[in-house]
Amino acid sequence: MIRSTLALTCLLGLWAGLSQAAPLGDPEAGKEVYKSCKGCHEVGEGAGNGVGPHLNFVFGRKAAGLEDFRYSKSLERAGVAGLEWHADTLDAYIEDPRGFASGTRMSFRGLKDPQDRANVIAYLRLYSDNPANIPEADPTARMSEYTVDAALLAIDGDREYGQYLSGECKACHLSDGADGIPSIVYWPEDDFKVALYAYKSGQRLHPVMQMIASRLGDEEIAALAAYFENPE
Amino acid sequence: MKLNRRTFIGTTAALAAAMSAPAVMGQGKPRVVIIGGGAGGATAARYIAQDSAGAIDVTLIEPQTTYYTCFFSNLYLGGFKEISDLGHSYAKLASDFGINVIHDMAAGVDRTAKTVTLAGGGTVAYDKLIVSPGIDFVDGSVPGWSLDAQDKMPHAYKGGTQVELLKAQIMAMPAGGVFAMVAPPNPYRCPPGPYERISMVGHLLKVNNPTAKILLVDPKEKYSKQALFEEGWEKHYPGMIERIGPDFGASNVSVDPAAMTVTIDGTVEKVDACNVIPAQKAGMIAAAAGLTDGNWAPVNPGDMSSKMDPDVYVLGDATNQGDMPKSGFSANSQAKVCANTVRGALTGSRVFPAKYSNTCWSLIAPNDGVKVGAAYEPTDEKIASVSSFISQTGEDAALRQATYEESEGWYTGITTDMFG
Repeated sequence: MIRSTLALTCLLGLWAGLSQAAPLGDPEAGKEVYKSCKGCHEVGEGAGNGVGPHLNFVFGRKAAGLEDFRYSKSLERAGVAGLEWHADTLDAYIEDPRGFASGTRMSFRGLKDPQDRANVIAYLRLYSDNPANIPEADPTARMSEYTVDAALLAIDGDREYGQYLSGECKACHLSDGADGIPSIVYWPEDDFKVALYAYKSGQRLHPVMQMIASRLGDEEIAALAAYFENPE
Repeated sequence: MKLNRRTFIGTTAALAAAMSAPAVMGQGKPRVVIIGGGAGGATAARYIAQDSAGAIDVTLIEPQTTYYTCFFSNLYLGGFKEISDLGHSYAKLASDFGINVIHDMAAGVDRTAKTVTLAGGGTVAYDKLIVSPGIDFVDGSVPGWSLDAQDKMPHAYKGGTQVELLKAQIMAMPAGGVFAMVAPPNPYRCPPGPYERISMVGHLLKVNNPTAKILLVDPKEKYSKQALFEEGWEKHYPGMIERIGPDFGASNVSVDPAAMTVTIDGTVEKVDACNVIPAQKAGMIAAAAGLTDGNWAPVNPGDMSSKMDPDVYVLGDATNQGDMPKSGFSANSQAKVCANTVRGALTGSRVFPAKYSNTCWSLIAPNDGVKVGAAYEPTDEKIASVSSFISQTGEDAALRQATYEESEGWYTGITTDMFG
């Protein structure tokens, strides 16, 4: 029981973090915003390190993660502590670099306008990867943008059917999670439904999950959500 | 706390003994017997026992006390896993799910009397029989090779000691020596398996014997994940791997295990280690039980029941079912559909529509993982693919690493799903 509660707390924390990610901006507008960055940071084909590190493939990169660039101790410590650059962490960093990492050598006062930040992050994302290459758990998957019709969320799932269907999930997902594959037990029903609809529609990116979700009907998604909310 | 069979038996054992209750309880309790404790059989046993909560008597017949998975055995060859990482015990299936695990070989099935004969003597009666025997090899498919030669030229295609032997032979190759693989014709277990194996042997040799060569003799025109493997071999093992396809004589191959030669369309190649993966057929008990048509056991796509006998089900590699590849993932998926059907037939529990899926991950080099998968549903004729995906060439290192990490997660997931 203690374990269940812990798992639930962790998941809710993670989920809350994901769903609060800012909406994806406009990369065209972001290109304009980026003009105030490019004095120090190169991006795009052939980009190398200058005053600041290049920003190709910055999404998913560990903070202070380029071997051939000398970072501040402050960012190195953040990287060792597990900080990775994703939409949410980039957003916080460029809003107030020194507030975020007091010892950073990035002498930039920050972008106060959330729309400017969203736009420039969207611009950087173009050079990070083809979006299909950004891991599904990454906030850049933009699941927060995905909304599900209230009528679908209201479907009362058939738990017993959900238990049967869950066999397919359990070939990979352990109740307490495993390397590379998250735990999916004790999710709030609505969050579970939103995630599956987002995969089904292609808004959330992961080939296995998109395949699995693609053939689940509304009743089946509801059944799985009902089962996994409390699988005991 | 959930009441399971173990706690039930544990707390009532004394009372039951005093009342001679087992005989009474046993009367009329439906019996399911499962032959083969791999991805199909172990999963079916676990799901039937768990979901029926003691209402069905489940017996699993499997000769090995420790099961070494064939999936991930290539990672052992590459040095990414220890052989002990791949071994799994049946203890929890017995203790946590109340399954009667018999470590013996099923020697025969009497489908009229509905009994299974054990090699060690005795019979086990069933109401429903599930046969999940994996593969055996087609005699004479590679001239010069037979099971008697498996110590000289291992097949290493059933996991365990054969894989250990193959690795020892590769490690013993002289500097600059030649490793050869004779790949199997379709259909066979784990379509990307031989090519992942080539990759892992490539890695092993790159580290230990970098001037060694790999000769892949392949009777097939094309193979699973071909573009991904070819890209990976060029990148990680340039100049090391030569594939000889049917257009250069690979459909006319023979071996001489005593001389350690492989003869390809009349040209004799001296080799230092050789992996012969012969043509395959259903595990022999399937044919002995009269469940096969040709090399494989045909099944009904909606529930995995045998086309030869409505009280018998066949799972996994041994079946002819349609579009699903022969893989541990497929067998595990089929077992859950079968378990739901069998439980429904014996206890009246709800039976839900069949849904199948498969994903096969392959490791090409350290942290360079790729995958292919599909979802399947039954039609009148077969289990048919309804959607699929495959990794792309040119993917970046982070995605390939994430795919590899995901495969490790899957291994932990499926083996926990199978063995508890």
